[in-house]
Amino acid sequence: MASMRKASAAVAFAASAALLLAACSSDDAGNDPTDAPTGGESSEEKEPVTLTWWHNSVAGDNGQNDLGDYWQSVADAFTAENPHVTIEIEQIQNEDLQRTRIPLALQSGDAPDLFQAWGGGELATQVESGYLMDLSETLADDVTRLGGSVAPWQYEGSTYGLPFQFGVEGIWYRESLFEEAGITEEPATMAELNEAVQALKDADITPIAVGAADGWPAAHWWYNFALRSCPQDVVASAGTTFDFSDPCWVEAGTQLEEFIGTNPFQDQYISTVAQTGATSSAGLVATGEAAMELMGHWNVFVYEGFTDGSDEAIAALHDDLGWFPMPATEGGAGDPSAALGGGDGFACYVDAPPECAEFLSFIVSDENQAGAAEAAGILPVAPAAAEAVTNPVLVELSQVAGNAAYVQLWLDTSFGTNVGGAMNDGIVGIFAGTGDAQDVVDLMTAAALTQ
Amino acid sequence: MTALEASGTGKGPVADAKASAAGSTPVTPAQHNARKDNRRKWIEIAIFVGPALLMFLAFVVFPMVMAARYSLYKWDSRQPFELAEFIGLDNYTRALFGGTDPETQEIFWKAYAEPFWNAVGNNAQIIALSMLVQLPIAMLIALVLNRKFPGRSSVRLIIFAPYVLAEVTAGLMWLMLLDPRGPVTQMVQGLGLPTPPQGWLEDPTWGFWTFFFIVSWKYIGLAIILFLAGLAGVPEELQEAASIDGASWWQVQWRINIPLIGPTVRVWAFLSIIGSIQLFDMAWVLNKGGSTNQYATIATLMVDTGTQRNDGGYASALAIIMFIFSMAAALLYLTLVMRRDNAARARKGA
Repeated sequence: MASMRKASAAVAFAASAALLLAACSSDDAGNDPTDAPTGGESSEEKEPVTLTWWHNSVAGDNGQNDLGDYWQSVADAFTAENPHVTIEIEQIQNEDLQRTRIPLALQSGDAPDLFQAWGGGELATQVESGYLMDLSETLADDVTRLGGSVAPWQYEGSTYGLPFQFGVEGIWYRESLFEEAGITEEPATMAELNEAVQALKDADITPIAVGAADGWPAAHWWYNFALRSCPQDVVASAGTTFDFSDPCWVEAGTQLEEFIGTNPFQDQYISTVAQTGATSSAGLVATGEAAMELMGHWNVFVYEGFTDGSDEAIAALHDDLGWFPMPATEGGAGDPSAALGGGDGFACYVDAPPECAEFLSFIVSDENQAGAAEAAGILPVAPAAAEAVTNPVLVELSQVAGNAAYVQLWLDTSFGTNVGGAMNDGIVGIFAGTGDAQDVVDLMTAAALTQ
Repeated sequence: MTALEASGTGKGPVADAKASAAGSTPVTPAQHNARKDNRRKWIEIAIFVGPALLMFLAFVVFPMVMAARYSLYKWDSRQPFELAEFIGLDNYTRALFGGTDPETQEIFWKAYAEPFWNAVGNNAQIIALSMLVQLPIAMLIALVLNRKFPGRSSVRLIIFAPYVLAEVTAGLMWLMLLDPRGPVTQMVQGLGLPTPPQGWLEDPTWGFWTFFFIVSWKYIGLAIILFLAGLAGVPEELQEAASIDGASWWQVQWRINIPLIGPTVRVWAFLSIIGSIQLFDMAWVLNKGGSTNQYATIATLMVDTGTQRNDGGYASALAIIMFIFSMAAALLYLTLVMRRDNAARARKGA
């Protein structure tokens, strides 16, 4: 009995010693991504290859996962053509995937071969760290075919990922509520938007919903004012130079302050989230309590989530849902037709087998882009797949994107998590009344100086 | 001749033989056993303490040393650490007073030192309010519950329930209750009373107080249970004797019960202070310390800069500062307040 106890104590001792050693060596493992067990070098033709693929399409509350199912069918089609390839898919919730799973996997050196990439500052950080495969030469044809939307996935002239969808943002609205308030035309200028806001208030309708508790939905208002007041080169270069000395950045905040001063938003907007529950900003629009919301192309699916899911309910929603681009402001050096947008893409890990690039090319092929638009309602990047978009609002949205003077990537994505986060915090301060236009620029400048 | 003498003589030669054998080696049987016991004792200590000590080194001391190292670097926490740049104590000066460069001090103060001191202030306010608000309420409830009345155990259970609830569950529950169109808002408005203009939790002035209310609701159960346990240890004879001498219920509480559970109160205060410094879960679940940091704590600020802003070096510096605060608070409290209890215990032990 006594010897049993001693033996188990010795086992425990050894186990804890092993843990300590593991903890000590984890640093080294993280520093050397090249020793990852991915079979990169021995790429003899037809040698069995396994690709791991992480994407963010998870099943919703009602269990449906159109895009996830479509990705599975794309993987099946690829492996049917290339029997030596096996594809292992992992579906991971968006914030977990972007903020935790991918960064940790990349640092550990045991990363998935193909994974979701949102472009901009985050991609730049990953390239600087040597995590991503350069696809410029292997996928040169695809880069040309997909056109300008690839830019956020490029860094210093090289391409490190390809988008499968890209869309611009604008103001979604309920046509019936506009009618009720006697608004006959979509506002094209800020003066017209202010008139519409007043008309809706007179009709006892909440004019605009915003989910400021989540930060970024409020921040997007400021991004749009910045896009209208700053010249294109100032906005475009800010993501690399982090120079915010142009007075147009403060002007954006001043315009936002003026707009908030007209009380266009719902009560307690600082306490309102964007997408969860009927009292969220999307819920308020979906249930007809508020008339407008500034949001990206994905919001039509968020609104659909608040219906009972029946075809009639979704059709009725689509019938009553309108969309117009951010109105033009008075003055300002920005082009009034410029638009903000963003998208989703995939990138290959630096040590992934060459089949990763082949598969990525397959995913964004014209045929599969059209298929994804039909099956899951995405906004495809490939021009040849544009006809597959049938939702009239999304068709309008694509036309606006196509006719825009230029499309700027979401500013927080473009600036990266540090400066982008500082910017969003500052903007929420304006919404809460605890900060002003100058604070946003100061917080961004301070954050940029520390990185 | 006694039996003893007889046995003594009978054993004589054997004893002599043993003695002579012992004399030839320097170790007596007694010494030999002592050394064996000593070695045995150390082996036992090593076996029993070793694993725990190694775990402690691996999961507490090692990460702490690493955090201290990271805190001296400019490091984007998504990048490998070789790309980090050594910047000395800049992360610390940035948090404490906005850095040393006069050109950037103003914006660094606004962007870093101000949120830091705001968080420290929130932590300090929660500590002070725990002592001023939670302690008297918990004491009063404990004294009342210490009397025998029907349904006492169910009341105790109900009061302790929030403490047992998982932090995330409780946080989500309050988020739903305090939603802009949630039941609490509707009830208060139904009574014709005003609600905070920007919502219970996000309003820049009301947010902190709502948060403190939720934290008190969550943790007051622990104080009450601890005080009740302390009260159970107060000898009934003392209370009876006081009553016979004509002391009122209040006098019994004030002169006998409360002084006698002093050590329990001091242990609770210690746990409460350390818990307040490290307060994180509830503040994070409710909305990451609030959209304008109205109820941010040092811990939420640290996690926010580390995981959302990826400023690994600065977040590590905040972690070290928080460690120093906790350590200082613990040592001060142990030497100034609890020395008496420890000394009393030592006397009792001796």
